[in-house]
Amino acid sequence: MNSQRTAAPKRASPSDPAAANPRLVRRLPLLTVTPFLLVGLCLLSLMLGSRAIPLDQVLLALTDPGHPEASGQVAAIVRDTRLVRTLVAVLTGMALGLAGAVMQSLTRNPLADPGLLGISAGAAFGTVVAAGVLGVAGLLTSVWFAFAGAALASAAVYFLGTRGTSSPVKLALAGVAVTFMLDSLTSGIALTDPEALDRYRYWSAGSLTGHTAATVWQITPFLIAGVLLALSIGSALNGMSLGDDVATALGHRLGRVRARAALAVTLLTGATVAVTGPIVFVGLVVPHLVRMVTGPDHRRLLAGSMLVAPCLLLAADIAGRLVARPQEIDVSLVVAFLGAPFFIALVRRRRLAEL
Amino acid sequence: MTTAKTPRFAGRLPFRLRRPAVSGVLHVRHLLVWPVLAAVAFLTFCLTVAVGSGDYTMSLTEVVPALWGAGDPAGVFVVRELRLPRAAVALLSGAAFGVAGAVYQAVTRNPLASPDMLGITQGAGAAVAAGIVLGTGAGLGTQILGLAGAVSAGLLIYVLAWRKGTTGYRIVLVGVGISWMCSSVTYYLLSRGETYEAQRVLGWLVGNLNERGWENARPLALALLVLLPAVLMLGRPQRALQLGDEVAGALGTPVQRARLALMVCGAAIAAFATAAAGPVLFVALAAPQIAQRLARLTVPPVTASAFTGATIVLIGDLIGQRLMEDTVVPVGVVTGVLGAPFLLWQLARAGGPSGR
Repeated sequence: MNSQRTAAPKRASPSDPAAANPRLVRRLPLLTVTPFLLVGLCLLSLMLGSRAIPLDQVLLALTDPGHPEASGQVAAIVRDTRLVRTLVAVLTGMALGLAGAVMQSLTRNPLADPGLLGISAGAAFGTVVAAGVLGVAGLLTSVWFAFAGAALASAAVYFLGTRGTSSPVKLALAGVAVTFMLDSLTSGIALTDPEALDRYRYWSAGSLTGHTAATVWQITPFLIAGVLLALSIGSALNGMSLGDDVATALGHRLGRVRARAALAVTLLTGATVAVTGPIVFVGLVVPHLVRMVTGPDHRRLLAGSMLVAPCLLLAADIAGRLVARPQEIDVSLVVAFLGAPFFIALVRRRRLAEL
Repeated sequence: MTTAKTPRFAGRLPFRLRRPAVSGVLHVRHLLVWPVLAAVAFLTFCLTVAVGSGDYTMSLTEVVPALWGAGDPAGVFVVRELRLPRAAVALLSGAAFGVAGAVYQAVTRNPLASPDMLGITQGAGAAVAAGIVLGTGAGLGTQILGLAGAVSAGLLIYVLAWRKGTTGYRIVLVGVGISWMCSSVTYYLLSRGETYEAQRVLGWLVGNLNERGWENARPLALALLVLLPAVLMLGRPQRALQLGDEVAGALGTPVQRARLALMVCGAAIAAFATAAAGPVLFVALAAPQIAQRLARLTVPPVTASAFTGATIVLIGDLIGQRLMEDTVVPVGVVTGVLGAPFLLWQLARAGGPSGR
């Protein structure tokens, strides 16, 4: 966090009217361009795939599937497969971007991310235990196991990483250690049951495919709750970024804010992981990109992350469809492969050393 | 005015001899723990050979002569070609993981660091997955592929962490990034491959001693024979690095060179062990910490970590073989499950992990 604030440009002096509010000028593209970008990427996501469908056909299939010129096959592809996939991507991206932004602020750790800090692994473990050991079927039941796993993992990582002196490195390592522990337990369950293995290796790779519209409706309430919770603590996070004492003096109740933030992260991460499997690095990369534009104000940061993260995830998903045609690369692998260099670049920046 | 009394004898015994002019500190507890750990590792090894592997039951009076080829030929085969090499791979890889973990924890000054968290193991995993699924360099066999992957991952981490010298924390974090990258490649290959290929890769990835023979034990033994003395010779800079770069430099340690040398040795040892046994999780993390606590030292002791690691892998494999009637549970699953309470213990310990 420190690095971000010091890296941000200095506020223009009031005596300089030409640059009255340079940040507003830089913020404009975020507000105007990103929504269009998101819509454009959604349309691209509906058009592209192993079979490319022209835009007019897509629009026709969406608006008027009974039209005489519309082909039933195209309508089926667009409405049943790609529309759901796109919706899942948008919801997942939104949730992960928001969760990452909240976590980075809450832990004051520029390296925080639901995937890196083991929360996704916890949710994944909960889901696999529900399916493989307890024989739970159905998303609405297994999502509660995902919540439980996410909550337990985040508690473990938090205690493991912040005892004694806290530092980004310690928290990140604690996350890796917990991820490893849960992964080995998860693959232990999967290995004893070849049928479970077959399902697990697709799901564990983090995939947006193979879902139905019902899935989307089932996780939406949890996501809405998580988003509202996260957005409601924006100004409190602003106070907390000035230090715990200042935040208390400003009238924020730290315990409550932390509890709400943790609940928001658990809801957002658990719900998406139960559907898509763990996706790493979206929550890490997006807040950093957004912060370059918005500056440290959390209300704008959280909203911006919600807008930018779906764009990133959709772009990665589309890239994964196109690179290995006619096969597909799962979106989480594309994101991890592209996100890891970003992470390393972030680590190599000198400022981090002073955290 | 009251001053806190520091005990003169806190497990350490400083000594100085006039002739020859030698001085030093004896860590009494370490000296006592060391032979005990060695004996425990040796006894577990003997136990594994005596009762390990499969349905062929033999009494102890049959096992011992079979070691040098006397007695029933079937028994001789079981002991010398099945049990002994498997136990040897377990012993050697456990020792290697213990040493590598001790080195990495000292270099990064963090008790949670170990080669299997920092991308070296994942590099090996990606290379092996590529070999099995894509057939790249399939003639080389998983052993050499794993070695190549681990070594290149280690090099990449060091190069990327270099910025006017390296620091422990940058090595850790770059390693985390590399490990995610490598595992994304591995998972891509897993989802692309056929089910039987995926099962093979996953079976290797989880750390498995099934079907291990002398051809796996020999290169590892040779590597340890060369690298373990090298690590022991680097013991003084290893202990100095634990004090922090500034203090170590002030004490006359060539910080960058010492760290490079230790990292190369640690990565190579971990690479050979991973190539032989697959990534057996948590041994490199837990063994040095256990040894350090038993010996009451401030730095993970190298040889004691080796004995502890060997004992953990041997016992883990023995449990894995005996746990279920019809299948052999991979040793990596056993150590992974045993690692869970260890992490919780780390959690519960007063002060928590003391990485600075």
